[in-house]
Amino acid sequence: MTVVIWVCAGMLSLAAVLVLTRMTIGPTMLNRVVAMDVLIAIVVAGLGLEAALNRHATTLPILVVLSLVGFVGSVSVARFAAHDDKGEGS
Amino acid sequence: MTWLDVVSAACLLAGCALSLIAAVGLIRFPDLLSRMHAGTKPQVFGLLLILVGIGLRLRDWSDVGMLLAVAMFQLLTAPVAAHMVGRAAYRRGAVRRDTLLVDELTPVLEAEDRPGP
Amino acid sequence: MSRERSDGVPGDAPVRRNGVQWPMLIGLTVVWVLLWGGLTVGNVLSGLVVAVVVTLVFPLPPIVFGGRLRARGLAVLIGWFVVELVVASVQVAALALRIGRPPLNAVIEVDLRSRSDLYLTLTAELLSLVPGSLVVEVRRSTSTLFLHVLGVRDESDVEAARRRALRQEERVVRALASDEELAAYLAEGVGR
Repeated sequence: MTVVIWVCAGMLSLAAVLVLTRMTIGPTMLNRVVAMDVLIAIVVAGLGLEAALNRHATTLPILVVLSLVGFVGSVSVARFAAHDDKGEGS
Repeated sequence: MTWLDVVSAACLLAGCALSLIAAVGLIRFPDLLSRMHAGTKPQVFGLLLILVGIGLRLRDWSDVGMLLAVAMFQLLTAPVAAHMVGRAAYRRGAVRRDTLLVDELTPVLEAEDRPGP
Repeated sequence: MSRERSDGVPGDAPVRRNGVQWPMLIGLTVVWVLLWGGLTVGNVLSGLVVAVVVTLVFPLPPIVFGGRLRARGLAVLIGWFVVELVVASVQVAALALRIGRPPLNAVIEVDLRSRSDLYLTLTAELLSLVPGSLVVEVRRSTSTLFLHVLGVRDESDVEAARRRALRQEERVVRALASDEELAAYLAEGVGR
């Protein structure tokens, strides 16, 4: 089990680096929102991995919160972006 | 190490691999909407696999209930967020026309815009 | 079409039901119990109280649901959803890892055959959850979805994506519709 967990952690770390790259280079706010969504999914996966390794459930409430916070975040940025669009007329 | 652990490990591995592939897609795809396709993969299928993996390891009903809640929230919210972002992207013109083979929405939007303000 | 909708007419806005919305109450209570992680009397009672407060403070327009749950249709719906999820995930993964030119995409218009907010919403949700298709725009008045489809090579792929969306809708209707709705839906489908 430990080997599996380490392989998983490696894949997740690499994924997080790639996602952070996309978040940095953008080029637009919406691109960063999509990257943030994926990053949250990766964080959820990482926390879950740790819970599975040590067989405890202390981090499960964090998973619930993260799955909702990500949604609120991307929806508000999407609304903001659409609004911004109208104001600048492009 | 029972067979449940084996199944759980397989689920975790597959879920993490999907997350990695999604990140690769996020980097490689040329425009925002294609990147969103890559992004929905770990959020839905990958996350479901990982949640199943955790559930098989913990084997406790109250924990499984909480995992079910996470899965349900994801399934309910991911499409809404994707739609909001996709719509905003399309309306802002963040779509690269050269990646589209067919585009049946732009004529519709233009026809609606003409009589409007 | 059996039912006309009158969207946008101010006097005809959906009436907020005064009574208690039982499905909503039960759903919220179930979520509360799941979050607290234990089926105890205290949890269920406090969940019910919270659910009543939430439904009173944030009332929602009632969903028009005249159908009934069909066990067989639901099983087909969920089974196909899982199959499509797996297949589409693998396809999108292959596209992401493929060396060479990135794939072409398409934005297609899909005219759904049913005229119901519930089926429209469910179809759009399920289509969005499957990787490879993404709902960009929705026209509620005509039940039209605009989908962004990843990785099309030619016209036949575009038509395949359109047919896939319509099949998804058919499964939703077959899982939830009443007999009259199903008959009307099938009758309209023949005419096209």
